[in-house]
Amino acid sequence: MAYLDIKNFYKKFGQTEVLKGIDLSLEKGEVVSIIGSSGSGKTTLLRCINFLETPDNGTMTLDNNLLFDSSAIKADSEAILREKRLNFGLVFQSFNLFPQYNVLKNVTLAPTLLLNKKIKEYKKELKLKAKTDKSLTRKTISELLSAFKKQKHDEIEKDGLELIKTIGLEDKINSFPCELSGGQCQRVAIARALALKPKILCFDEPTSALDPELTGEVLKVIRELKNQDRTMIIVTHEMGFAKNVSDKIVFMADGVIEEVGDPREVLTNPKSEKLIHFLSNVTNKDGE
Amino acid sequence: MLDIFLQLLDGFGTTVLLFAVTLVLSLPLGLFVCFLSMSKIKIIKGIARAFVSIIRGTPLMLQLIIIFYGPGLVFGAEFSFKSRLLAAIIAFTINYAAYFSEIYRGGIESIPKGQKEAGKVLGLSKGQIFSKIVLLQVIKHIVPPIGNEIITLVKDTSIARMIALVELTDVAFDLRKAQGGGLWPLLAAGLFYFAFNALVAFILRKIEKKLSYIKV
Repeated sequence: MAYLDIKNFYKKFGQTEVLKGIDLSLEKGEVVSIIGSSGSGKTTLLRCINFLETPDNGTMTLDNNLLFDSSAIKADSEAILREKRLNFGLVFQSFNLFPQYNVLKNVTLAPTLLLNKKIKEYKKELKLKAKTDKSLTRKTISELLSAFKKQKHDEIEKDGLELIKTIGLEDKINSFPCELSGGQCQRVAIARALALKPKILCFDEPTSALDPELTGEVLKVIRELKNQDRTMIIVTHEMGFAKNVSDKIVFMADGVIEEVGDPREVLTNPKSEKLIHFLSNVTNKDGE
Repeated sequence: MLDIFLQLLDGFGTTVLLFAVTLVLSLPLGLFVCFLSMSKIKIIKGIARAFVSIIRGTPLMLQLIIIFYGPGLVFGAEFSFKSRLLAAIIAFTINYAAYFSEIYRGGIESIPKGQKEAGKVLGLSKGQIFSKIVLLQVIKHIVPPIGNEIITLVKDTSIARMIALVELTDVAFDLRKAQGGGLWPLLAAGLFYFAFNALVAFILRKIEKKLSYIKV
């Protein structure tokens, strides 16, 4: 079975069928680009994968774990849903950075908040141990806990700084999002998603909200991630980029996958009517 | 002269007390009403919105009179208010909570959906998303309109004279009567309101400045 395996995703909003039976599989370390005109269901598919929408029908398996099954009797609780979301990272078209936090805090906020749970677990563990082990007094427990906290916080900050370095913004760690360019914002958003070490990183048109001269720096970061063998799903309109960076291209139209395959093959040798039409529109948009 | 000033100051003390207690109570109560009016349960939402529209749609003066005289008239004299100040505080708190709740609601709804979604995909709980991501942005949005209401509240306290609460305006009117009808006791009272509001506006500006680093 493939690393990520999506079977038969259906999604309806009111009367509009947005996804009409999507099957998609992905191997570990693979990069898949999803192309297609707006309204074809690309973004909805990505949102379903990230548990922002619930498909009406279908299953999703990741690394042999069944993550979603529409025939399950009970819907997942909020807590379980949160756990499942952490398998994926999502980079939004509009960045959605937190305006009240600086770059470093944007990247470290979620890991820091998720740490609270680990601290609670560790505390429980220590208290349990204290019942049999008399050397664990209340004082030593609180010392152990604060040392644990400090160590974890330091780790998170170190990881955060490391990530910010890889996106090339180490001189901006104290800047606020409003002080950054769109391209810089999107790079921070990528670092923020990576900070939680997702198994699969998803991009929803990461360069669509950027000025043309800023798309390059974002695409460069994504390309570097590809070199680190990250598993990624990218919804994009950048055909050249999709061709270079992906192992597989998926073309969606009207809620179904029209064509899948090797990027060069799909883009230079389109078979379906719709893809031929789409590609000719995309390449002709500059009046070439 | 000094005597008159001291009398006005005494009334001003009551005014400030009514203002401060109303503010401290109505800000959180407004948030509570706001959450109710955004509830997914339709009945709760309906009740909250009806409450807000009645309170906002009728004069504060009328509400004040109903709250002060209502219990005594309906349930008998032993239920009537012993303290005019308490009745005024209750009426003002309810009234301002309704206004604040709408400001809060507008503030919360003005936060882009993407902020919450970003929190969601980062695995944060609803509580964390509200307290760590949404709240401060909401506060930034609502400080100016809330400030407007607070400044109005300072002046609205004079309505409490309707139930004969001895506050600044009431004292000023008494002085006017005692002095034979001149306007200047009222003008003097006006100065008190003006000075107090200058202080309120100064504090509000400080808060706005503190939040100015957030740019949405």
